[in-house]
Amino acid sequence: MSEQLAFLAHRQDDMVAVAVRDVEVGHAEYASLDSGIRRPIEVREPIKLGHKVALVEIAEGEKVVEYGQNVAVATADIAVGALVHVHNVRSARWQLA
Amino acid sequence: MATGLTGYRRPDGKVGIRNHVVILAVDDLSNTAVEGIGRLVPGTLAIPHAYGRLQFGEDLELTFRTLIGTGANPNVAAVVVVGIEPSWTDRVADGIALTGKPVVRLSIERFGDINIIAAGAREAAKLMQDASEIQRVPVERHEVMLSIKCGESDTTSGLGSCPTTAQAVDRTVAASGTVLFGETTELTGGEHLIAARCVDDKVREKFQGFYDNYIEMVVAQGVDLLGSQPTQGNIRGGLSTIEEKAMGNIAKTGSMPVVDALEPAEAPTRQGLNFMDTSSAAAECITLMAAAGAVIHIFPTGQGNVIGNPIEPVIKLTANPLTAATMGEHIDLDVSGLLTQEYTLAEAGDRLMELVDRTINGRLTCAEAIGHQEYVITKLYRSA
Repeated sequence: MSEQLAFLAHRQDDMVAVAVRDVEVGHAEYASLDSGIRRPIEVREPIKLGHKVALVEIAEGEKVVEYGQNVAVATADIAVGALVHVHNVRSARWQLA
Repeated sequence: MATGLTGYRRPDGKVGIRNHVVILAVDDLSNTAVEGIGRLVPGTLAIPHAYGRLQFGEDLELTFRTLIGTGANPNVAAVVVVGIEPSWTDRVADGIALTGKPVVRLSIERFGDINIIAAGAREAAKLMQDASEIQRVPVERHEVMLSIKCGESDTTSGLGSCPTTAQAVDRTVAASGTVLFGETTELTGGEHLIAARCVDDKVREKFQGFYDNYIEMVVAQGVDLLGSQPTQGNIRGGLSTIEEKAMGNIAKTGSMPVVDALEPAEAPTRQGLNFMDTSSAAAECITLMAAAGAVIHIFPTGQGNVIGNPIEPVIKLTANPLTAATMGEHIDLDVSGLLTQEYTLAEAGDRLMELVDRTINGRLTCAEAIGHQEYVITKLYRSA
């Protein structure tokens, strides 16, 4: 029996996926909307509905890809399974000089 | 081809899906008279607003275009235009009268509010009686102009409500219909994707010009938009950056080419998907789209924007199960099953189209039923 899906990624190569329910620490599954493929992920911290989990290691300064596009820059090193939000990513477009 | 759709065919041939008699203020000073007429004649739709005095240049032209477009919208059967003085009142009334629909004009100076309310109520009552005899007739989908704009977005917008909206956009354009989208600054991070979809270099240059000018206007204030884009509601819902928000926003525009780039409140002349240069604030954006002639609006939301418009029915949908559960009186369609993959995007699109068709045929939207009538004129700069 397949477990209840925890996250959806827009593209298979995206670096983050979105929680489709409140997700607890531990084993979970995510699916990619383009390929339909499901994969396991170890979640490191609770992630609320609508918030994002890192699917890969992301280094500080690295671009964050979602929808197959660059949507943010990491402001800290982000581990697989960690929450990705305004505390560790920022816009690459709008920032005061 | 029978579509089962019905609407009101106006003297200029355009199709509306509502049959409002509007009492329209030319300026802020006329709001009391407009609301007074509205109170005396049940069923009329009074539209007061905050501006219309000592505006000049492009800002004044946009206000006139918005007011004239509001009265000219095919969802409006007839209009009573009320202004403080005759000259600008005539300008608005003459613009609306080009559609061939009945227009009554009244100006307050040398009469006073009470005389104008009495005269306006007599005229409005007659217009209501005449409008009540206008019958619905069969119409085609392509005659029903659609607009789209999302709000209080979150990550569920990009996953569910926006792609569902895209289904309606693509199907409407495929039926030779006309669709408006806007939200200039909220394309940031994905503006290259819209530019790439423009049908030719001329449209692409117009689009890029609108985008660049808007961003320059922001930069000229010596700030960036980080404090307001994403909004606090967006962040609470999980959106981290303007680029991420833009990708969800763009997801609702579907896959069709962008056939033109329009000034705010400019009526489209080309069938297909049209970009309009607008603010991303919901009431300003939808007011401009209705003024351009759109008669039905689809509004995907994440955290639960409660927007409505006086003349253009607004259908709101969400894929956020928390929003659907806690704000049911605002949500016309719950597509949260897309998150749990209970049904496909095409099936969600079918459900949205069914709701669009019922709304065209007269079913009240949530916003209409509970009286949300946000009407906001876009102000380009200070008045003189």
